[in-house]
Amino acid sequence: MAIEKILKDDASEEKGERARMASFVGAIAITDLVKTTLGPKGMDKILQSTGRGHEVTVTNDGATILKSLHIDNPAAKVLIDISKVQDDEVGDGTTSVVVLAGELLREAEKLVATKIHPMTIISGYRMAAECARDALLQRVVDNKENAEKFKTDLMKIAMTTLSSKILSQDKEHFAQLAVDAVMRLKGSTNLEAIQIIKKPGGSLKDSFLDEGFILDKKIGVGQPKRIENAKILVANTAMDTDKVKIYGARVRVDSMSKVAEIEGAEKEKMREKVQKIIAHGINCFVNRQLIYNFPEELFADAGILAIEHADFDGIERLALVTGGEIASTFDNPESVKLGHCKLIEEIMIGEDKLIHFSGVEMGQACTIVLRGASHHVLDEAERSLHDALCVLSQTVNDTRVLLGGGWPEMIMAKEVDELARKTPGKKSHAIEAFSRALVAIPTIIADNAGLDSAELIAQLRAEHHKEGCNAGIDVIAGSVGDMAELGISESFKVKQAVLLSATEAAEMILRVDEIITCAPRRREDRM
Amino acid sequence: MALAFDEFGRPFIILKEQEQKTRLRGIEAQKANISAGRAVARILRTSLGPKGMDKMLQSPDGDVTITNDGATILEQMDVDNQIAKLMVELSRSQDYEIGDGTTGVVVMAGALLEQAERLLERGIHPIRVAEGYEVASRIAVEHLERIAQKFDFGTTNIEPLVQTCMTTLSSKIVNRCKRPLSEISVKAVLSVADLERKDVNLDLIKVEGKVGGKLEDTELIYGITVDKDMSHPQMPKQIGDAKIAILTCPFEPPKPKTKHKVEIDTVEKFQTLRLQEQKYFDDMVQKCKDVGATLVICQWGFDDEANHLLMHRNLPAVRWVGGVELELIAIATGGRIVPRFQELTPEKLGRAGLVREKSFGTTKDKMLYIEHCANSRAVTIFIRGGNKMMIEETKRSIHDALCVARNLIRNNSIVYGGGSAEISCSIAVEAAADKYPGVEQYAIRAFADALDAVPMALAENSGLQPIETLSAVKSQQIKENNPHFGIDCNDVGTNDMREQNVFETLIGKQQQILLATQVVKMILKIDDVISPSDY
Repeated sequence: MAIEKILKDDASEEKGERARMASFVGAIAITDLVKTTLGPKGMDKILQSTGRGHEVTVTNDGATILKSLHIDNPAAKVLIDISKVQDDEVGDGTTSVVVLAGELLREAEKLVATKIHPMTIISGYRMAAECARDALLQRVVDNKENAEKFKTDLMKIAMTTLSSKILSQDKEHFAQLAVDAVMRLKGSTNLEAIQIIKKPGGSLKDSFLDEGFILDKKIGVGQPKRIENAKILVANTAMDTDKVKIYGARVRVDSMSKVAEIEGAEKEKMREKVQKIIAHGINCFVNRQLIYNFPEELFADAGILAIEHADFDGIERLALVTGGEIASTFDNPESVKLGHCKLIEEIMIGEDKLIHFSGVEMGQACTIVLRGASHHVLDEAERSLHDALCVLSQTVNDTRVLLGGGWPEMIMAKEVDELARKTPGKKSHAIEAFSRALVAIPTIIADNAGLDSAELIAQLRAEHHKEGCNAGIDVIAGSVGDMAELGISESFKVKQAVLLSATEAAEMILRVDEIITCAPRRREDRM
Repeated sequence: MALAFDEFGRPFIILKEQEQKTRLRGIEAQKANISAGRAVARILRTSLGPKGMDKMLQSPDGDVTITNDGATILEQMDVDNQIAKLMVELSRSQDYEIGDGTTGVVVMAGALLEQAERLLERGIHPIRVAEGYEVASRIAVEHLERIAQKFDFGTTNIEPLVQTCMTTLSSKIVNRCKRPLSEISVKAVLSVADLERKDVNLDLIKVEGKVGGKLEDTELIYGITVDKDMSHPQMPKQIGDAKIAILTCPFEPPKPKTKHKVEIDTVEKFQTLRLQEQKYFDDMVQKCKDVGATLVICQWGFDDEANHLLMHRNLPAVRWVGGVELELIAIATGGRIVPRFQELTPEKLGRAGLVREKSFGTTKDKMLYIEHCANSRAVTIFIRGGNKMMIEETKRSIHDALCVARNLIRNNSIVYGGGSAEISCSIAVEAAADKYPGVEQYAIRAFADALDAVPMALAENSGLQPIETLSAVKSQQIKENNPHFGIDCNDVGTNDMREQNVFETLIGKQQQILLATQVVKMILKIDDVISPSDY
């Protein structure tokens, strides 16, 4: 008798060796895809969306590339997932985490081929990850006490992060921008307070950090263009015809004169509202909703700057920055907190007019204005800057710092190798494999830079045999160099996240011995 | 395909559209059913035990689930075969009833079917086999009762409970930090348990997960978390000694259900209406304030105006809180859910020691913690993990651990794990078989063989020689008359499960055997499968 069919028609089932192969192949394919973007000489990818307009994105950011891919292979999806999480949690190292997980699986594949049970490999990997983390912990530098030194650390980290991105040409400029912006946050990780405005035109070098707050809006006609010592009321209220909110109410009139009366009453109501707002003693009014012509005119008459239709983020940020509260009713002016700033003025960036609030009360917020040749450049610049900002804000919280350029990987590999030699049993093969996977990262960095990786890694390994060495790959010079002298640093938190999530993902994929794919959901034909 | 013929050899048509149906009868049908059941069991076999492997399941929408929980695998497998569906049901009912051992029960049923097939080949009637199984299962269950041990625990001595939960968690991907997780589970269960009545309401335990952070950051919160933030960004983020008004009415003008119209035809009316409206908002907020509430939790949304008034009167509020969460908050804080502002009284307010908002990661993710509640019966387990799959799997594992802890509170008898209980039962059933006259003897003996399948699978998954290990353990059990010897899956060096602290609950084991036997009996009794043929 034929074997009974258990699953539904289109569902498929893969078992044991085949399942494992499918997941290895998928994961390694993804790794190979993003591998070439790793390191300062990594290449970019062009992504074309399938949506309308076939928008094009040029990027080097691992998370962005992977997010845009449509993947069918379940193992590959696991890798994409860890890259996303890395992006959410620490912001950088999105490529490294995928590459490390992929290399771990590549090594695991070889071990499985030599008949070592996946569970043994997993327990080996776990021991190795623990050991690698300890090795890093021993070598971290913590400059929390010394503010001056810490700032240079931040500078170095920012430059290292940016050096692999499109901003590498002006990395010093941008690193300075990012560090300044993050230092203003004073330890909070709320990146919302940093606003990034992109304006095409000019060159990347023209980007600047503004201490105040910039709102991408125009000032109403006939209203003052410049206000000193501004008192700002931030509001979220309807400034068109104020609807009657009681359900079921409707206006019913029987003559034209009554229409006029009601209209007059409506206008009166609006005028009252405006009067109430003016009674707060303000000279700037920012509303989230539309302001109709009539109230706008009233505001202009009172010499008040009225800004309409500020987006939600803008309002919240403005309230945060100026220290005011977002108001929706205006009956008791004495207790509403107003926002303050020294100067409001209209400025021009390129061809656009923007409103600039400077001398704000809360010094935390700031705006970074990015300039660049095209939208693609600006988008990529924003992503790169975002990475740098994330890393920096995380580093401010966890001040431990490591050297970069493949140095941490070599340190870890050395310790893990030691561990392998001490461990009895089959696990030691897995631990050894872990160290090989770690070494793969500097190898890829060197390969991407067109260097002789085999030669360089061998040299690096020899250097690392000495105690307390700071050697890493100097991609620019194409040789082994002293990372401390070159000023290449990385955040400990990012490295730790890369190490732990990559191991976790590899473990998860290794544990699988069967893949069951359900039939894809059919779209119902509505015709 | 014809069923009956008249004297001219023409078939009688008995079934509607007989030609289009496929039909299997007699021994053929039984064999087909058995093979389908075994195929399902075979899939799960490799997931058993601490060294069991995981399965990767891709849903119709392309989402990936990685798990080794039997019930979850079967649930998502998209099974078509009717008999296979029975196996899925089997695992699900074990999940509902006990919560753990969902893989074991399917493996057990598969083994019983396999043995039954051999008996059928020898020409034993399926009903006799079924009856024999029934007798054997009774013997096994009684034997379990004999070898079970009571163990004592109290609110101060939770160690035995933790140990049992650790056994459950050790087969999951979270086994890396099974100790903290099982402690969390036990504490959660104990804090909601009613030790007098020996009952636990698991609904009071909420399991929440958020992507990011490490598994080690998972924590037990004596209170509730709500995945919401304050309605106004400038409201205070932390409230001590909160008095909470729990509302199911929106902060909006009323919408009477009867159809009505408010006609405006004069300016005066327009103005009075406007004033009324303003007063209405004011009244609502004032009422909350009057009864002394310091936090408003509302199931519905607020009007912008109401929102500002609340902010203005210094009354923090949370909007769009789901119904289930609202109930939990009410239970935890000892408050009453109030459907109308008029009914708001100080007695109906809930109390919590601390309410705070906490943000995560680099994205704008906020959660609200309500802690130190008046009635701390409701607790939340908050899971952190590397990715979504990890969190989902942890949730499932925690659920299993919670169920195990609950079962122990209901009935504190345990048997030892690692296959030791099955081996011991197998010995007892084997011995009983010889005393039983009749054909059933063979079935009982087959049952004993089937019981060996679980320890066999355990040994196989752990990379041990299955037959060698099993026979060694079995002989040891008989020789020393000690039912605590099992398979040493973790390579600790001893076979004594008492030393390894591997326990399982008695009711869980009994249920496994009973459920598996029942389903197998049902499958064996089928002798005719009529199904519409494919079109």
